[in-house]
Amino acid sequence: MINPPASFRWIRRIVLALLAVFTLVPVGVMVSSSLKPLQDVQGPFRWIPSTLTVRPYFDIWKTVPLGRYFINSIIVAGGATIFSVIVAILAAYGVSRYRFRGRRLFTVTVLSTQMFPGILFLLPLFLIFVNIGNTTGVALYGSRGGLILTYLTFSLPFSIWMLVGYFDSIPRDLDEAALVDGCGPVRALVRIIIPAAIPGIVAVAVYAFMTAWGEVLFASVMTDDETRTLAVGLQGYATLNDVYWNQVMAASLVVSVPVVAGFLLLQRYLVAGLTAGAVK
Amino acid sequence: MRQRLGRLRLTTSGLPYLLLLPALLLELLIHLVPMVVGIVMSFKQLTQFFIRDWSSAPWTGLGNYHLAVDFSAPVGQSLLNSFWVTCAFTILAVGLSWLVGTTAAIMMQDAFRGRGLLRAAFLLPYALPVYAAVITWSFMFQRDTGLINHVLHDQLHLTSDRPFWLIGDNSFTALVTVSVWRSWPFAFLTLTAGLQNIPRELYEAAAMDGAGIWQQIRRITLPSLRPVNLVLVLVLFLWTFNDFNTPYVLFGKSAPEASDLISIHIYQSSFVTWNFGAGSAMSVLLLLFLLLVTSVYLFITSRRRGADD
Repeated sequence: MINPPASFRWIRRIVLALLAVFTLVPVGVMVSSSLKPLQDVQGPFRWIPSTLTVRPYFDIWKTVPLGRYFINSIIVAGGATIFSVIVAILAAYGVSRYRFRGRRLFTVTVLSTQMFPGILFLLPLFLIFVNIGNTTGVALYGSRGGLILTYLTFSLPFSIWMLVGYFDSIPRDLDEAALVDGCGPVRALVRIIIPAAIPGIVAVAVYAFMTAWGEVLFASVMTDDETRTLAVGLQGYATLNDVYWNQVMAASLVVSVPVVAGFLLLQRYLVAGLTAGAVK
Repeated sequence: MRQRLGRLRLTTSGLPYLLLLPALLLELLIHLVPMVVGIVMSFKQLTQFFIRDWSSAPWTGLGNYHLAVDFSAPVGQSLLNSFWVTCAFTILAVGLSWLVGTTAAIMMQDAFRGRGLLRAAFLLPYALPVYAAVITWSFMFQRDTGLINHVLHDQLHLTSDRPFWLIGDNSFTALVTVSVWRSWPFAFLTLTAGLQNIPRELYEAAAMDGAGIWQQIRRITLPSLRPVNLVLVLVLFLWTFNDFNTPYVLFGKSAPEASDLISIHIYQSSFVTWNFGAGSAMSVLLLLFLLLVTSVYLFITSRRRGADD
């Protein structure tokens, strides 16, 4: 835009300030309430705590087995991320570098699975996992493995889509030359394509991690006491009589730190990838 | 010559199928097979007695579908209610998210001091794990201890009483608020990227011709965003219509009638009342509805786009 008049700049200041308040108040509540003693969060809300305390940050680990949930979440989200990235790199390499029958069908199929409501395949998947367990003894239901398997498909469509875009932007001549010089396709992928697409791969990994770290629906159905993730575990701070709101807020903040840090560090790549499809 | 040789090798290989195999297998196992099973399940009388072996559950034909769409009976009535609630919720939440996102994107198109910081702040609702963010909102909406009533009642004296936000009719307002809070940043992000593709010369030329700021926005910015908006609105629609996380964390396993979104409703009929057959029939109906809306939307927008060219 050119020459915004002063009136526009004032409107802009007011609107953006209001939006910043709307966006940040919950984050502020999270931070401030996590530093309050219990009586402060059980009485009427107060902007200024009667005393500041870091006790909730110690108590959260004792009230519920948060440490175990944390480890479960790390295993599940980490596992889903690693496998999802590997599978996506292979598929994206195939789609980007080769012309073959069914190429379009593949992309359309994979992308359209993103549109299905999770609830649609939650019930059957739950029953399939239970049945596989009963007939073969392979415990997918209630296990971290089953959750990893499920989650890695959630980020797969977007990851493939984004990596195809990244790979397409790497000049074809580079890896074709490597092929002619006697490299196998696998070496061409590892030596040339992957190093050139590192920003895209990292962004895809962050996205996969965020998706798995934040998933609630499948985590609440597919886990048991031992394999519960943070998404379900956070509900443990509410007992029949009391909700330890200061601990809920402290725990929320602690579980948010890994993904928010990753997101803010890599937002530029992620944003570029997320929006590439919509803008093209 | 070198290039031709390479191309030749690339096209004759069977390798691409091998590369796609893991992705295909996973999509089959986790999405497509369960979907087919789900459709089969929707024709069965699948209650808790048959969970261990669902294939032995008796067939009921269209029984589950009759149950779901018999609007004179309680099951059908509550499903219909849930459908209308979801439609109203989706229209409001998507509309507001789009409006707020567009406003913010346009206002932050030009550089000003603090823009980078503000943008990072706006991204926070998108980056936070949904359960951590929504649980904070549910704390804010608590009747006696929450921030919302403290501000509305104690500080601004706007309400004569402390209203309940998480039960009763007010829960719909709460749900829309949280949903907009969570999804407008995505609209903002997408539109910001769309704005970067508008050549600056367009604005310069318009300014030279004497177009003011509002005219520039109306004549240049908004039309340029149209292709982005077509995708954005569809994506927001699908996400919002299928949203399970927000109501589940806000209200728990059973939502108040005024905010009984369809995904929660199906979850409840399946896992709380243990009628998987009926739940599957509802899921299939939901998918058919989404397919219908999406195809109509794509048909209309692609035709209109064709007419524009």
